[in-house]
Amino acid sequence: MTFFLEVLVGGLLSGAMYSLVALGFVLIFKASGVFNFAQGAMVLFSALTLVSLLEKGWNLWMCLGITLAGMVFLAYLIERIVLRPLVNQPPLALFLATIGLAFAIEGIAQAMWGTQVHGLNVGIPDVPLNVKGLLISEFDIFTGIIAAVLVAALALFFSKTRVGRALRAVADDHEAALTVGIPLRHIWVIVWAVAGIVALVAGIVWGSRVGVQFSLVLIAYKALPALILGGLDSVPGAIAGGLLIGASEKLAEVYVGPFVGGAIESWFPYMLALGFLLIRPEGLFGEVHIERV
Amino acid sequence: MQTSKKWFSILCVAVVSGVAAPVATVQAADQFVPVPIYRTGPYAAGGTGIFGGMMDYMHMINERDGGVNGVKLTWEECETEYKVDRGVECYERLKNKPPTGAAMFHPLSTGITYATIERGAADKIPIVSMGYGRADASDGRVFPYTFTMPINYWNQNTAKIKFIGTKVGGMDKLKGLKIANVHHDSAYGKETIPILEAQAKKYGFHVKHYAVAHPGLEQKAIWLQIRQDKPDWIILRGWGVMNPTALKEAARVGFPSNKIVGVWWSGSEEDVRPAGDSAKGYIAAGFHPAGTDFPVIQEIMKHVQNKGKGHVEKDRVGTMYYNRGVLHGIVTVEAIRTAQKKYGNKPLTGEQVQFGLEHLKIDEARIKALGATALMSPIHTDCRDHEGGGMVKFQEWNGQKWVTITDWIKPDFALTRPLIEESAAKYAQEKGIKPRTCK
Repeated sequence: MTFFLEVLVGGLLSGAMYSLVALGFVLIFKASGVFNFAQGAMVLFSALTLVSLLEKGWNLWMCLGITLAGMVFLAYLIERIVLRPLVNQPPLALFLATIGLAFAIEGIAQAMWGTQVHGLNVGIPDVPLNVKGLLISEFDIFTGIIAAVLVAALALFFSKTRVGRALRAVADDHEAALTVGIPLRHIWVIVWAVAGIVALVAGIVWGSRVGVQFSLVLIAYKALPALILGGLDSVPGAIAGGLLIGASEKLAEVYVGPFVGGAIESWFPYMLALGFLLIRPEGLFGEVHIERV
Repeated sequence: MQTSKKWFSILCVAVVSGVAAPVATVQAADQFVPVPIYRTGPYAAGGTGIFGGMMDYMHMINERDGGVNGVKLTWEECETEYKVDRGVECYERLKNKPPTGAAMFHPLSTGITYATIERGAADKIPIVSMGYGRADASDGRVFPYTFTMPINYWNQNTAKIKFIGTKVGGMDKLKGLKIANVHHDSAYGKETIPILEAQAKKYGFHVKHYAVAHPGLEQKAIWLQIRQDKPDWIILRGWGVMNPTALKEAARVGFPSNKIVGVWWSGSEEDVRPAGDSAKGYIAAGFHPAGTDFPVIQEIMKHVQNKGKGHVEKDRVGTMYYNRGVLHGIVTVEAIRTAQKKYGNKPLTGEQVQFGLEHLKIDEARIKALGATALMSPIHTDCRDHEGGGMVKFQEWNGQKWVTITDWIKPDFALTRPLIEESAAKYAQEKGIKPRTCK
């Protein structure tokens, strides 16, 4: 029973790390109806920028400030070069644009900062704690807290601020939002900048854990099943989906994996998400959209 | 309008010069060597480090010696991103480059090796998988155009078990030990399962295999199982991000790093630095050490890097990947040199260079002349043996650098050779290949 609990808790804490990436997807989808394929590339870009600046020997806070400014500038460029020419185009066109964007950001990140692997230590302890016989990583607990704080902040932002409400209006209908005076371009820059900041947080956490390297872009694939489970347009859903995926994939690897040759962590979440799509396509917390024809 | 024209002109110049640059360098008297590099993607550190070292070595031969017996080496990069389909595309694109086609092809990926073995045999272009690829390709009778020097995965693995044997007080003390094989879930990762099983049978230890899903970013479930199973030693067979993640997870479950022995693809600076303190004391096998205190590396510094002509950043010279690349360069050049003795000092075809690869005699005296003493072990290939009898050194990460902790350890050839021949014979039967008769 102790082992089961250890796997379960470990899985939930891993899930919190998936949620950090899933949040970036949700933000952009919620505000623009675009599934941002470039979120993983943004995680890489932000983490690589931060670690490369740190390696110059500069102060952590200064490096963080420069990286944040860089992510805001990136958001501005994306709006100016990619999104603005595509206003009122079908969501599929925007989605395809983000695929191209992902390749561009990955290439720019590597061209700017190189392809070397970097260690990142931002002072978060990474030692196991013995909690009533369960070994739980202090780092993972820290990540869980970060995810919770981010969700709370974003939930408040969307529901209690004017900008947040404007973001939701833009997501519902670009043209209608424009006609009531919501500045679409500013809103898009804001939401991509916020998604960039979330990408930076995810990049710091994942980079501290596995090193800052190209593989960070692959983390995005871990977030996809979490999004399907939680709902593409729900901030709490991203968290719930991440936790569910984390816990279920770990339990499956331990208790089912040995019977099918192991290494099922990579595809099990997708099977779970596929099953979930058949039952509840909008996800656990996603809005049900009814379109009249 | 004026500005648009200006930018259009700049773009045209950039495009034209970009296209023209790689084409202008090949001369009729040059020997062409393909470089299927991976500068981008998750394994770029390995691709740039190894091919960087290899190109620096070839460049040094051109600068210092005027080429191999007067024949200048030339090469062209092709980006594979470590993907098999792109690797095959690069092979096809570069195999017929003038003047004589590819001298040989270094796939630098077990997957690409598997995909090009049959093509190489058909085109008579040697596929050289140095320290990777399929172990049974060491049998030159079945695989005339595939080479695994200086040592294949199976023999490396026997050296690891010998190393663990010395650590526990003798090979007889292996009996009853529990060894966990944590491997990448790929052809590369699974390659050593048969030999580990054979060794477990021979020495009486228990081996359990744990497959880690690609890319290996998440391994918590695996390491919790390992903690539950309590192995005595762990063999780590990772690649890329799987390595630092494994070392960190091992520390999280309290497994000591000095009881983990990695393959050489888990033993670069890039594998341990991101793991921080968790990697201190970790041990990895190697068919060469790291460091710059070798005359051949100093020669490269003098003739290439210090003149600003390097193919990789100067601060990477002497790293594990870089030195492995220099060994790739040495084998490439020595094979061409050996083949020239038979066919003359001129650009050679892949078929002719195959002779050189199959008659390599890099003994201690030659190693000294190359300036590579202690950097590599002797290689002697022949028609039957395409591996060449290489040996293994073990190295420990002290938190700052790799420190060599053993002398060359000879693998258990007596155990592996019959298995290699058995596996190669099975392959020959499946493919309808009639093995060559070797004198």
